[in-house]
Amino acid sequence: MQSVVFPNKILPYALVAPQIVLTVVFFFWPASQALYQSMMREDPFGLQSSFVGLANFSNILADENYLHALRVTVVFSLATALLSMGIALLLATAADTVVRGKGFYRTMMIIPYAVAPAVAGMLWLFMFNPAMGTFAYILRRNGIPWDPLLNGDQAMSLVVVAAAWKQISYNFLFFVAGLQAIPKSLLEAAAIDGARGARRFWTIVFPLLAPTTFFLLVINTVYAFFDTFGIIHSVTGGGPAKATETLVYKVYNDGFVNLNLGSSAAQSVVLMVIVIALTAFQFRFVERRVHYG
Amino acid sequence: MIENRPVATLMAHLMLIFGIFIVAFPIYYTFIASTATSSAIIRPPISLLPGGHMTENYGESISGGVERVVGVSLERLLFNSFVVAIAIAVGKIIISFLSAFAIVFFRFPFRMGFFWMIFVTLMLPVEVRILPTYKVIVDLGLLNTYAGLTLPLMASATATFLFRQFFLTIPGEMVEAARIDNAGPFRFMKDILLPLSVTNIAALFVILFIYGWTQYLWPLLVTDRAEMNTIIIGLRRMVDFTDASTPWNYVMVTAILAIIPPVIVVVLMQRWFVKGLVETEK
Repeated sequence: MQSVVFPNKILPYALVAPQIVLTVVFFFWPASQALYQSMMREDPFGLQSSFVGLANFSNILADENYLHALRVTVVFSLATALLSMGIALLLATAADTVVRGKGFYRTMMIIPYAVAPAVAGMLWLFMFNPAMGTFAYILRRNGIPWDPLLNGDQAMSLVVVAAAWKQISYNFLFFVAGLQAIPKSLLEAAAIDGARGARRFWTIVFPLLAPTTFFLLVINTVYAFFDTFGIIHSVTGGGPAKATETLVYKVYNDGFVNLNLGSSAAQSVVLMVIVIALTAFQFRFVERRVHYG
Repeated sequence: MIENRPVATLMAHLMLIFGIFIVAFPIYYTFIASTATSSAIIRPPISLLPGGHMTENYGESISGGVERVVGVSLERLLFNSFVVAIAIAVGKIIISFLSAFAIVFFRFPFRMGFFWMIFVTLMLPVEVRILPTYKVIVDLGLLNTYAGLTLPLMASATATFLFRQFFLTIPGEMVEAARIDNAGPFRFMKDILLPLSVTNIAALFVILFIYGWTQYLWPLLVTDRAEMNTIIIGLRRMVDFTDASTPWNYVMVTAILAIIPPVIVVVLMQRWFVKGLVETEK
């Protein structure tokens, strides 16, 4: 809290006005519309709508397709987060031990951050699509029936790899920062006591990294939930047979393609609840409990 | 360094080189493809060295090749992406700077109310309220305009929150000194606050430029006219595996051009970017 302030009475309102106007017009109004619409049902021509209470919610929660999308999202998020964080942690510990070339390695590692998720998806698709991808060609020549356009599991692995690839930069930077914050005296003491690299890592470094790891877990989950829409839309389009249809993709698909507004709005509201829960979890739980430093 | 173990250091270097390989290879693969002919691209395996058609592919893509496929020139796509990325970055920085300034350095009724209104938006990305936000844009007649592409993405709290945190660390004596010297709020903002915030602004600029450039869902929805597409949407519209006539060499050129500008921004402004990223989020 700043103790010294300016005495103006009108000016501060003018200063917050642009942001408040944008927030109200593009945030509060749409969010309230989503809430309102989630309790309405429109006829297919959009001519009439009637109040149906929570029926849309009970419908989507009983809908096998929705539950399927939920499962797909959970699998996709966990796989993406674990793959990306695992690789990033490995590379960050390596970067922490080297002295020469540190700057160069870091510069190279941050490049995927700048690549749009949709483009990242396409890069991997260029390499792995069965029609022209060189890697698809190599896999097939070695007797692996590779076709992510028909095989759901293969499609899923392709989008997971693309999503994780894009997120390596972010995780790498945070793990490097986390590793730098670990007091060297602790590691030296362990080294004097005869603990070698792997042991030092698991008994000192890894526990001290827990706050970073938990933070990244939440961030990566949010990323996999929302920012990967571009990857899924450009690589698989939710297919084959809905095998890669995540919750956000379904909101888009039901709202803009199938024009089922009530259901799409109810799904949006569920998503909002999920994000709020994740954010609250991050603020309350992660920030306070997992703190050893 | 704790121990001097040459083998471990060598292993670390090898691991990092392998990491770079993973990170760079997909981009390199696309770059090679962008220097090959379309018929070479669709006949795997492609060679791992650049083909000889680089100038030809890039030249043709720019001079009408892309335009024949998606109905909009490559320059226009790049220009749109630049406008969107810069408008989002600059717009967001300005409005958040002003609102954080008001919230920290003034006392007025509903101050905390405004703060919470802004803070809540931190939690909800545009993806969860796409349909109603889309409706707002339609009602305001902003479809296929730069305003429609950028304004909804400026309404978020990250930057305000960062500026607020930073402003709170500025010693009260500084404000007091400014007031004793008869400086008004604008003078204080221009001569003291702005110079102090330069690194924060630089860091935010990189993060928001990338954020704007990499948008996908929103531009996909609010632009149905080709000439308002961003390069990423344009690229998506070119990729069609079922159509035998897809000009893959132009697709690869477009993909490379969609990657290069944000990569240059991140690499050149790396110092601020890394600092900003790690500090804003934590």
